[in-house]
Amino acid sequence: MMKRDECLKVLARRRKDEIVVAVYTAAQEWIHISPSEWNYTFTGAMGQGSSHALGLALGRPDKRVIVLDGDGSLLMNLGSLVTIANAGAKNLVHCVCENGTYETNGGVPIPRAGQVSFTGFARAAGYPKTYEFSKLDDWDQGLDKILKEDGPILVDLKVEPGEDYPEDFRRLYSIEHREAFRKALQK
Amino acid sequence: MENAPLKANDIIREVKRAGVRFVVALPDRVTSEHLLKPMLRDTELRVVQVCKEDEGISVCSGLYCAGQRALLLIQYTGLLDSLNAMRGVAVEGRNPVCFMVGLLGKEPGVPPTQSKKYGLRIVEPVLDTMGIEHHLIERSEDVGKIVTAVDGAYERSAPVVMLIGREPI
Repeated sequence: MMKRDECLKVLARRRKDEIVVAVYTAAQEWIHISPSEWNYTFTGAMGQGSSHALGLALGRPDKRVIVLDGDGSLLMNLGSLVTIANAGAKNLVHCVCENGTYETNGGVPIPRAGQVSFTGFARAAGYPKTYEFSKLDDWDQGLDKILKEDGPILVDLKVEPGEDYPEDFRRLYSIEHREAFRKALQK
Repeated sequence: MENAPLKANDIIREVKRAGVRFVVALPDRVTSEHLLKPMLRDTELRVVQVCKEDEGISVCSGLYCAGQRALLLIQYTGLLDSLNAMRGVAVEGRNPVCFMVGLLGKEPGVPPTQSKKYGLRIVEPVLDTMGIEHHLIERSEDVGKIVTAVDGAYERSAPVVMLIGREPI
């Protein structure tokens, strides 16, 4: 099991100009760990991160899009796996921070926590590549390859909470930040 | 004029004239045969098939940020199923999601609010309550509303719903 913030720091060190769509607790941590005009956090409703990411990936095939999804969030939008695979978004890397709980909503376990296979879902949906990481060193060593491969790719990151980061829902759902992102993308 | 058929080719022409190049869709019996199937074959349009309507709202929003205009083609039942995404993603997120919604089962010439079907009667009042602009496209001349509706949505950064009142041919 990896500390989520440590896991995100590994991604932040490798990040160049990738768009990162982040949801819930991962988003709260990501905006501190990797502040950037390429962060997209206004997803508007639970489960929708992967679908926003697909729109971005299809609209800007020249840019790589990484989504930091949650396990509870993905369960709420499992059909998006089929949609993404069918759309053939080669520039999409779909990371699932699997912590087994609805962390933002009180830490209640997700149904069948630890017993469902998100990589299995993704492969069955048609993702050509999937990975699972539970050790930080493996994630660190595997990430470079993942960021160069054609997708869509699903990466299941087995995580637990690390350090506390301040919650800032106003920032995550700020129209001003979303507009700044949109304008940056149009430069 | 009231009974002039609604032509699918005219709708597709106006959708393109509005600058739309992505159609995000779930099949609807009102629009599948003469709108969605031709769109799937149209090389000027990219159709993204989604599994659930709320996904489509978010795909359109991502496309908006990426500088692309999109149309979300669904059935009214899917619209009703997606009210939270319409609230959070489209309205509060100020995303110009352009819905084209088939009113399955609406009686020809009868306003949706006077339909015998409960689900159809509530569509426009629900949209009014949410503050979402909507237009009924049922007669041939109504296709002229499409470009204005789409342009307006992008100018206002707000969603718009075009209700297809009868099966286009």
